Amino acid sequence: MTHLVIDPVTRIEGHLRVEAKVEDGKVVDAWSSSTMFRGIELILKGRDPRDAWVITQRICGVCTTVHAIASIRAVEDAIGAVPPPNARVLRNLVIASQCVQDHVVHFYHLHALDWVDVVSALSADPAGTSALAQSISDWHLSSQSYFASVKKRLKGFVDRGQLGPFGNAYWGHPAYKLPPEANLMAVAHYLEALDWQREFIKIHAVLGGKNPHLQSFLVGGMATPVDPNEQASLNLGTIAELRSLVAKARDFVKRVYIPDLLAVASFYKDWAGYGGGVGNYMVYGEYPENDGPDPELFLPAGIIRNRDLTKIEKVDPSKITEFVKHSWYDYPDEGDQGLHPSKGLTSPNYTGPKPPYERLDLDKKYSWLKSPRYDGEPMEVGPLSRMLVAYASGHQQVKELVDGVLAKLGVGAEALFSTLGRVAARGVETLLLANKLDHWVDALAQNMKSGDLRIHDNSKWDPSTWPADATGAGFHEAPRGALGHWVHIVDGVIANYQCVVPSTWNAGPRDGDEKRGPYEESLIGTPVADLEQPIELLRTLHSFDPCMACGVHVLDAEGKEVTRVRVV
Amino acid sequence: MDKRVNDQFLEELNARGVSRREFLGFCAAVAASFALPGKAEAEIAKAVATKPKPTLVWLEFQDCCGNTESFLRAGQPSAAEIILDLLSIDYHETVMAAAGHRAEEALKKAVEENKGKFIAVVEGSIPTGAGGAYCTIGGRSALSIANEVCSQAGATIAIGTCASFGGLPAASPNPTGALSVAEAVPGLKNLINLSACPANAENLAALLVYWLTFDRWPDLDRYRRPLFAYGKSIHDNCERRAHFDSGQYVEQWGDPGHRRGYCLFKMGCKGPVTFQNCPNIRWNSGTNWPIGCGHPCLGCAEPNFWDSMAPYYNHLALDKTGAQPNIDKVGFWATLGLGGAFAAHAVAKIAGSKSRVIAESAASTSGKGEEA
Repeated sequence: MTHLVIDPVTRIEGHLRVEAKVEDGKVVDAWSSSTMFRGIELILKGRDPRDAWVITQRICGVCTTVHAIASIRAVEDAIGAVPPPNARVLRNLVIASQCVQDHVVHFYHLHALDWVDVVSALSADPAGTSALAQSISDWHLSSQSYFASVKKRLKGFVDRGQLGPFGNAYWGHPAYKLPPEANLMAVAHYLEALDWQREFIKIHAVLGGKNPHLQSFLVGGMATPVDPNEQASLNLGTIAELRSLVAKARDFVKRVYIPDLLAVASFYKDWAGYGGGVGNYMVYGEYPENDGPDPELFLPAGIIRNRDLTKIEKVDPSKITEFVKHSWYDYPDEGDQGLHPSKGLTSPNYTGPKPPYERLDLDKKYSWLKSPRYDGEPMEVGPLSRMLVAYASGHQQVKELVDGVLAKLGVGAEALFSTLGRVAARGVETLLLANKLDHWVDALAQNMKSGDLRIHDNSKWDPSTWPADATGAGFHEAPRGALGHWVHIVDGVIANYQCVVPSTWNAGPRDGDEKRGPYEESLIGTPVADLEQPIELLRTLHSFDPCMACGVHVLDAEGKEVTRVRVV
Repeated sequence: MDKRVNDQFLEELNARGVSRREFLGFCAAVAASFALPGKAEAEIAKAVATKPKPTLVWLEFQDCCGNTESFLRAGQPSAAEIILDLLSIDYHETVMAAAGHRAEEALKKAVEENKGKFIAVVEGSIPTGAGGAYCTIGGRSALSIANEVCSQAGATIAIGTCASFGGLPAASPNPTGALSVAEAVPGLKNLINLSACPANAENLAALLVYWLTFDRWPDLDRYRRPLFAYGKSIHDNCERRAHFDSGQYVEQWGDPGHRRGYCLFKMGCKGPVTFQNCPNIRWNSGTNWPIGCGHPCLGCAEPNFWDSMAPYYNHLALDKTGAQPNIDKVGFWATLGLGGAFAAHAVAKIAGSKSRVIAESAASTSGKGEEA
């Protein structure tokens, strides 16, 4: 029996530590710990709720739109503001482009190096790489001379002995299966994707002034004026610019990302047998297609239990509870019971080892994350959950794309419940949204044409129009999964604020019944060929796209009880 | 360009689709950023092309990764990212291939082998509460890592407002005892603050090239920020300034004035008390900037802005007496009441430092908005 510690887990957002027990070359137990904490929800107390989005946005600079969106929805729910159609469409564009950009960056820059051996690419034959690239796509950058130049660049890099971010990795590990030619192609696309993301994300600068941390959100609407006749507004020139950015993005997704994903996956089909995890999937749903309190959603909400795709349950937020038995917080009654967010407490109490430490007390408390549960069960959230719920709900486009990927890889639907399934679902969602973006650009143009220039519900901007005591909830599907914000406003200021975020659902520790969280469960059974180089663990962890800064929780510096808000 | 500039470098640039002309254009742009004399351009080109890649170590503590993401957006001038590529980024948790103890080894090696020479970049604030347990990496506290690494660096860049001034984690009531780099590791040599939330990648690129060329930082203001990027207020360079001077304001989101690009002062704009070059270089390769998209400036480059600029949609006080004259008529006179913001700058040298520091004469209130 060997006890493994990976800290820091890199190529993620934030600070994650994973410990695992390995027996006979396989993981038999695992613990996931978040080791960073800021207390942003406490900082929110006493502030103007119209400012909350600016603050919650800073929870994460990678998924830089998601906490802003959830926040404005929560406050709007509380005060009764109704964003007009232009604002809904602009938000859909911002959300979907975030998801597309984030997923591509995850694939190439955060996850690829678990599957692609950069050093092996040095022994590739550029002619072979060219032939391979042309056999899977008609992307224009595929000539022998192009790949030769990439190889030369890489060689120059290695020869100087300064490997920079590629230094000291697990190169040459037997778990790398791609031939050198495929590795070279992937390295070329890693570099191309770096340029691509910088270009595509200009869509956020157009719609939000800058990225990261767009600045066009408003409680009640958006701050970007819409007027076809004004230079200082989103106008017909903007529509043309958006169309061009979307077309280029879609082109790369279709002709580079998806073919690469399928090519790489075909060498790693065994990973359809690992990383399954808890087998329960939760989705709040996203992309309202019309206005009003209960809009039609492009991606449906729902819950799947025990991998049963024949039954989709409705999501009932009142069934959400959070546990702290293994988190550095105190609860009453020994802390083994879960509490609904409306009755939740946060009383931080760090009882872990004093830094510097080698090992955490895994049988006690070991993380700054709480353990959220739905109806007592751990839930996986994210692209796989969204695609599974849409697939099982009979979403036509999702069904076609998922079936297409399964057919290409020659695997059945059960392969989806895995590390590889997560990677594939992220690709499917990217293509789905890249195809969908034009629809919202058209909707914006249509609104302009019809003369609807409204971007904001001004009737609720003045705090004097708000109820003295108001509560609200805002739900959102972030790239990494289901996100909820709850706000309680008293006399115009925030009395309480709570975020239950995707990485808390996925990365949280064991609950009161000692049930593992999704990360922990997904690692069980993972083979580890070389204890010194546990690349297999990284493959599964990265398949969730960890984003640890999002896992913050309320912190009360004095250790006082903090009353949680009631779910509406 | 100097003839000794090695061919391999130009060839390498060429392989990445960057022509010699574009490269020189970049060097000229950097020289222009700092208002350097004509021959500086050649000096920059020579330094970038011939000096060995300096090692850079990027530490993330109580951060959101926004500055890393911003860094990944570097692209204008187009050669900028290529120049960044010429640094050896030996430790950066978000992008590095290695993990766990292999990552820790990489950090140790980078520091030991480049002691006194490498550049440390710090993103995020540093917590001091709970014995350092609010942020640990590899079981070690952020504070101990920052102390060990930054004290051995040739220079340290605090990137973003959290590392520069404590930022959001340090906002009231600062639950984790978060500190800026300057507070957490006092007495660091060659510390520079590149504030803003996040910092603009183009400013980072220009700054790194400056260091690479001259082995020192450019002139700094009293908050240790480079004057080339923080020397003038947003308001002074704002494309909507004429509307302010004419008393043309946005009164309501989406009103005709908003659509026409009128001044956002009444909607809470903090441009008059914020020092940053957003209006000039804009964001995402010059695509746009917050005021350009119709939203007020938040003042994110200033110390304590999370507290001092809140509530964000209240407009700045017009004078300290609390009297509210009709700002439609007062126009630019309004700004005269903004304490210290427009005070003259005075240049002072700080002995022992490689850089000059600019002290503002009205030191007390600049950078702090007053709630209306």
